[in-house]
Amino acid sequence: MSSNQNETGTRTGVRTVEFVKALDSRAPGGPIEQRWDKHRFEMKLVNPANRRRYSVIVVGSGLAGSAAAATLGEQGYNVKCFCYQDSPRRAHSIAAQGGINAAKNYRNDGDSIFRLFYDTVKGGDFRARESNVYRLAQVSLNIIDQCVAQGVPFAREYGGYLDNRSFGGAQVSRTFYARGQTGQQLLLGAYQALCRQIAAGTVQMYPRTEMLDLVVIDGRARGIITRDMVTGKVERHVADAVVLATGGYGNVFYLSTNAKGCNTTAIWRAHRRGAFFGNPCFTQIHPTCIPVTGDHQSKLTLMSESLRNDGRIWVPKRPGDTRDPRQIPESERDYYLEERYPAFGNLVPRDVASRNAKQVCDEGRGVGPGGLGVYLDFADAIKRLGRQKIAERYGNLFDMYAQITGENPYETPMRIYPAIHYTMGGLWVDYNLMSTIPGLFVAGEANFSDHGANRLGASALMQGLADGYFVLPYTIANFLAGVKPGGLSTDTPEFAEAEAEVTSRVQRLLSINGHRTVDSFHRELGKIMWDECGMARNDAGLRRALKRIPELREEFWQNVKVPGESGDLNQELEKAGRVADFLELGELMCVDALHRTESCGGHFREESQTEDGEAKRDDEHFAYVAAWEFTGDPGRAELHKEPLVFEYVKPTQRSYK
Amino acid sequence: MRLTLKVWRQKNRNTPGEFRTYHTEHASPDMSFLEMLDVVNQELILKGEEPIAFDHDCREGICGMCSLMINGIAHGPKQAVTTCQLHMRSFKDGDTITVEPWRAGAFPIIKDLVTDRSSFDRIIQAGGYISASTGSAPDGNTIPVAKVDADKAMDAAACIGCGACVAACPNGSAMLFTAAKAAHLSFLPQGQTERYQRAINMVTQHDEEGFGNCTNIGECAVVCPKEISLDTIARLNRDLVVAALKGLAPSTGVSEAKAG
Ligand code: FES
Repeated sequence: MSSNQNETGTRTGVRTVEFVKALDSRAPGGPIEQRWDKHRFEMKLVNPANRRRYSVIVVGSGLAGSAAAATLGEQGYNVKCFCYQDSPRRAHSIAAQGGINAAKNYRNDGDSIFRLFYDTVKGGDFRARESNVYRLAQVSLNIIDQCVAQGVPFAREYGGYLDNRSFGGAQVSRTFYARGQTGQQLLLGAYQALCRQIAAGTVQMYPRTEMLDLVVIDGRARGIITRDMVTGKVERHVADAVVLATGGYGNVFYLSTNAKGCNTTAIWRAHRRGAFFGNPCFTQIHPTCIPVTGDHQSKLTLMSESLRNDGRIWVPKRPGDTRDPRQIPESERDYYLEERYPAFGNLVPRDVASRNAKQVCDEGRGVGPGGLGVYLDFADAIKRLGRQKIAERYGNLFDMYAQITGENPYETPMRIYPAIHYTMGGLWVDYNLMSTIPGLFVAGEANFSDHGANRLGASALMQGLADGYFVLPYTIANFLAGVKPGGLSTDTPEFAEAEAEVTSRVQRLLSINGHRTVDSFHRELGKIMWDECGMARNDAGLRRALKRIPELREEFWQNVKVPGESGDLNQELEKAGRVADFLELGELMCVDALHRTESCGGHFREESQTEDGEAKRDDEHFAYVAAWEFTGDPGRAELHKEPLVFEYVKPTQRSYK
Repeated sequence: MRLTLKVWRQKNRNTPGEFRTYHTEHASPDMSFLEMLDVVNQELILKGEEPIAFDHDCREGICGMCSLMINGIAHGPKQAVTTCQLHMRSFKDGDTITVEPWRAGAFPIIKDLVTDRSSFDRIIQAGGYISASTGSAPDGNTIPVAKVDADKAMDAAACIGCGACVAACPNGSAMLFTAAKAAHLSFLPQGQTERYQRAINMVTQHDEEGFGNCTNIGECAVVCPKEISLDTIARLNRDLVVAALKGLAPSTGVSEAKAG
């Protein structure tokens, strides 16, 4: 630990000792392949007979949340699980299309745990913690086994064995998939396991319930405050440990591929209560989304990037060429990815594909409405493989595209454009997935994650399930074994204070009665974020955003109009609370993006690029996780650093040429 | 596009509802149906009225949260799509569109177009799973699964649990939903052990929730956005016969898990 962190600790007084410990990743030492085994052996266990005396709150029911809740329930803990949807089965993990990675090496094509680890660290542009990533690669094997046992209908070869494909630039076939609905099938597997526990009485489920605050008592996370979205009732829940598995915050951009309800409130409220926020500016832009059609647009739809396995990306060579794509001869097309990256072609990583698309559109060569699109063309693939084969591989994606755009992709090239898709940033966690607040664990996309500055395709599902099925059940047990079960009621000043805050905030939102709708604020924030903190960022733009966001937030609290009442289903009220938090988070993201003057992965600072326009890292100054501490004002968050050490994968300049 | 909407408004479960008429001039053919409702809602809010409550989340046809009877048809006039994937190009300028919630005894209305579908969760809780606790699984390739079986399992597993089948059924039956889950699991070798007990448990719960009987009308499959086949129902019925022959009675099936 550097002296810098000690200073920070000193300034904040009482919690000095905790802070120094807080940025200790607690990653075990020794040979990397033995770390998790060794750690598992060293962790404490809870006697099976004692487990039901311990209660655990799990917020969120996506892959990480459902898997954790089900597994903890199976082990006999007393679990409460919360989700804002009407059923846990609807969490947004369900929308992941492409697949899930696992280093099974069933194809005998050179894959291994070490290779998956290596690819993930490198793909993340050397901004992830090696020990975590290695563990992720290790447990990827168990995930597939577990899911098969639950009845996940993975694609099979004719011999009956599991099929794999190569995905998102990987040079081995390690991606398992269930048609174009892998996320759905994995989530249903976890949901069904959860349902079994609900029936068994080990898990109590609270659907249509939103977490609005975290309760911290004596420095430990001891519960949450929720609002029943049907009755409006605000309630207190106490537990021995709290897990947040509430997903990412891509909706800060308003337009993203996230579900409409995805929000940052749970993790932002925890941040305000003392959980450090790791690398908030690390967002992933997905290159293959359906372009925007107009101002009414409410969300963006992703097309699985498996499409890039067979589709060829191009734009016309001449700016402003508005001919029907089928009329543009080969010689006047620019297959820019194949041209610039001969080794990877259309399969370059997501950030590279996205930036290149932006670049050709900035040159005026974009296609479709507003010139914000590039072609993804299947004509060659259909010629080579036949329409039948293409339909088999991508049928549902083609149908979805036709549905949304009214165009038939079998006949004319698809149009795609990048969109916000995933956030690598999130609450900072140690090797045990525990945040800087003892007893508060964070899993899946909600934590700052194993993906560094850029996530590889088919790795989100892997991480969510790894955290939920195979990591948390051990590390939470270890934590619980060190504390006495129960012994606390919700009748404490801390619970009362948190509840009062939630209630008064709700009342305040309802009483402003201004002139602008919640959506109009959200759209404006989204536009600022997309323009200044999106695919490319620079000093001047980020400073503009940092000026504009607090003004917008100020206006929001003066002028938002939230109709209806609190004791009722009130969707505008729900949105208003979420947007209020996005208005704070957005500022922190810009602070983080401004401070990190290097480019890395999805974070592209225009000031830091190679001669070929690739992201240029600055390992000397930025080989760390930026963990921000809330100080009362998101613009003045305090920076703590977790240095990143690379013992196994030597940092190199990423090059996909 | 100019549209007239006749929308069901209902304050809550205990207050009677009614149709109210709204006009909008700001719809466009590129909008999804829900985006059109967003536009109407923005107008209502600025006029100081309460917006129309409707369920939605992913807006890409996979989460199953959106619903709506549109001109009397679950998920509207286009086949094999959810309401969120229905686009206004399926309507004409000047159209009048009636919008109602799912209507079924087992799906009580919460507000406006929002209904309570938790009965579906309870059907799954009654047995719509394979009991495989975390950590107990053998290697994924230990048991080969014939491609045809995996494909059929996947066809059935595509169900998104939206409830259109129930809303469309004159009997308010949820047999298509129940059968889809049973078929998904019964096509796989991993699902055989609990197959018949699962069938009887799920169907018992289905009946307890107040869903009606299936009389093979087939409306459900017509509106299903994921085109789940009626064959799944025939398959479930056969499994029920086998369960009866085996003398199986409904069980909660939870005693073993509780002991853990
Ligand atoms: S909103 Fe998810 S299926 Fe329509």
